[in-house]
Amino acid sequence: MNNADIGWMLVSTALVLLMTPALGFFYGGMVRSKNALNTMMMSFAALGPVAVVWALLGYSLAFAPGLPVVGSLAFAGLRGVGLEAQGTIPHVLFMAFQGTFAIITAALISGAIVERMRFSAYLAFIVVWMLGVYAPVAHWVWGGGFLATAGALDFAGGAVVHVNAASAALVAALVVGPRKDYGRHAMLPHNVPFTLLGAGLLWFGWFGFNAGSALGANPIAALAFTNTLLAPAATLATWTVIDLVREGRVTAIGGATAIVVGLVAITPAAGYISPASAIALGALGAIPSYFALIYRARTKLDDSLDVVAAHGVGGATGAILTGVFASAAWSGGANGLLSGHPVQVLIQIASVLIVLAYSATATFVILKLLGLVMPLRISGRDEGVGLDVKEHGEEAYTGGDGAILVKPKESFVAQMASDAIVVRDGGQS
Amino acid sequence: MKLIVAIVRPEQLSDVLEALFHAEVRGLTISRVQGHGGEMEHVENYRGTQVKMALAEKVRIEIGVSNHFVKPTVDAILMAARTGEVGDGKIIVLPVEKFYRIRTGEEDQDAVTPVPVLE
Repeated sequence: MNNADIGWMLVSTALVLLMTPALGFFYGGMVRSKNALNTMMMSFAALGPVAVVWALLGYSLAFAPGLPVVGSLAFAGLRGVGLEAQGTIPHVLFMAFQGTFAIITAALISGAIVERMRFSAYLAFIVVWMLGVYAPVAHWVWGGGFLATAGALDFAGGAVVHVNAASAALVAALVVGPRKDYGRHAMLPHNVPFTLLGAGLLWFGWFGFNAGSALGANPIAALAFTNTLLAPAATLATWTVIDLVREGRVTAIGGATAIVVGLVAITPAAGYISPASAIALGALGAIPSYFALIYRARTKLDDSLDVVAAHGVGGATGAILTGVFASAAWSGGANGLLSGHPVQVLIQIASVLIVLAYSATATFVILKLLGLVMPLRISGRDEGVGLDVKEHGEEAYTGGDGAILVKPKESFVAQMASDAIVVRDGGQS
Repeated sequence: MKLIVAIVRPEQLSDVLEALFHAEVRGLTISRVQGHGGEMEHVENYRGTQVKMALAEKVRIEIGVSNHFVKPTVDAILMAARTGEVGDGKIIVLPVEKFYRIRTGEEDQDAVTPVPVLE
């Protein structure tokens, strides 16, 4: 084991964890104010159940030695996951680092179903989805599964995280259905500064996501780190130019989106390509997503926060361009098209299609089965009032005027509660 | 000449505006207000404190109209703001003594007749 590697991976794990609250802000700013808390909670809530189920079962399905398509139960309940070395870091740290990826991948899907999905159905969905879809796909690429054997390059999760989540998001948007009045009334972002804040924190956390995927404090981490700076910068610059040419104005939501698209696009390539290639990849990556966003808004598909255009199109573009730009001279690994290995592009395309097909199919089955045991969406009336009040009994923005304190009834439990308050107050004074 | 004041649910506002524009009602003012009607208060929870929200969010719409516009305006609001549950709101029609259009100094009927938008 190597203490520098351990240090960097401890930091990286915390950085990736921060991306999930950041995603909450990114998404939360883009919905109407009556759904702000619900949307942010869809990200924050993934931090709880998904992480617990990951430790108990998901990690084992993804990373325990097993079949080419899925791991085994060897690490279930963290059995055998201790302080021994996994690479150059303790096994528990590797498990924790990977857990933060499972959390954010599940949370990413929420962007497609905000403002109408029932919260309890969403919670059940992301836990089952993480076990049934994320864990096996992670195994295929990182756990020694068949895509790893086939030579697919996915440094930090272009296919595993982004294409996977976007494919699920597409299906979820179709199965749950569009928002009431979608396409009839405008639904505007209620807090664009939140979205910018979220994009900024996502970028910060993404240094852990990409550079941490080198699994140590080494030169490849430095390469991935640098590329995580340069590619989104190039995407943002390109997006700005397209905005200026098309509309004459540069939008803030567009800028925040561009940063995320660039981060998504560099994810599969981060440790495999040169910094110059990262700039090219970032610039090229802007174009398909930019026009996918415009096209999606003209369709009936209510992928509300454009998970498909940002993560699906961006992730697929990045995965394919990884096959173009991969350079053994930089990574010490595989070469791509430009370094004389054109087959890599085909391997990349195949891996994207396989992940897309499996994720779409499995997500469809999970949602249909869940739909048999619980309603997936709230009623039209409740949707009008907003999910913050109806699903959480809270409001994001309230002056508190006219709020009347409900006195607890003198039941046994209430008596216990008021006794506790007296004791606590007594203790303080 | 009348002033029509309507208190409606915020979630019905888009529908109401759409209906008003269909009825060719062009000039209106809205404000966000809070009020208490016959509806059930909803209960919220903040860190173990249960709170009954006695004031519900509403939108107040004010429209100055000439007499022949009163019925189409009221009908549009009645149709678009109704959900059938307690708390749909009220429409109040008030007599008006005088209208002025500030830009031109026009009075009464002329002041509330929309002018064609010049491109």
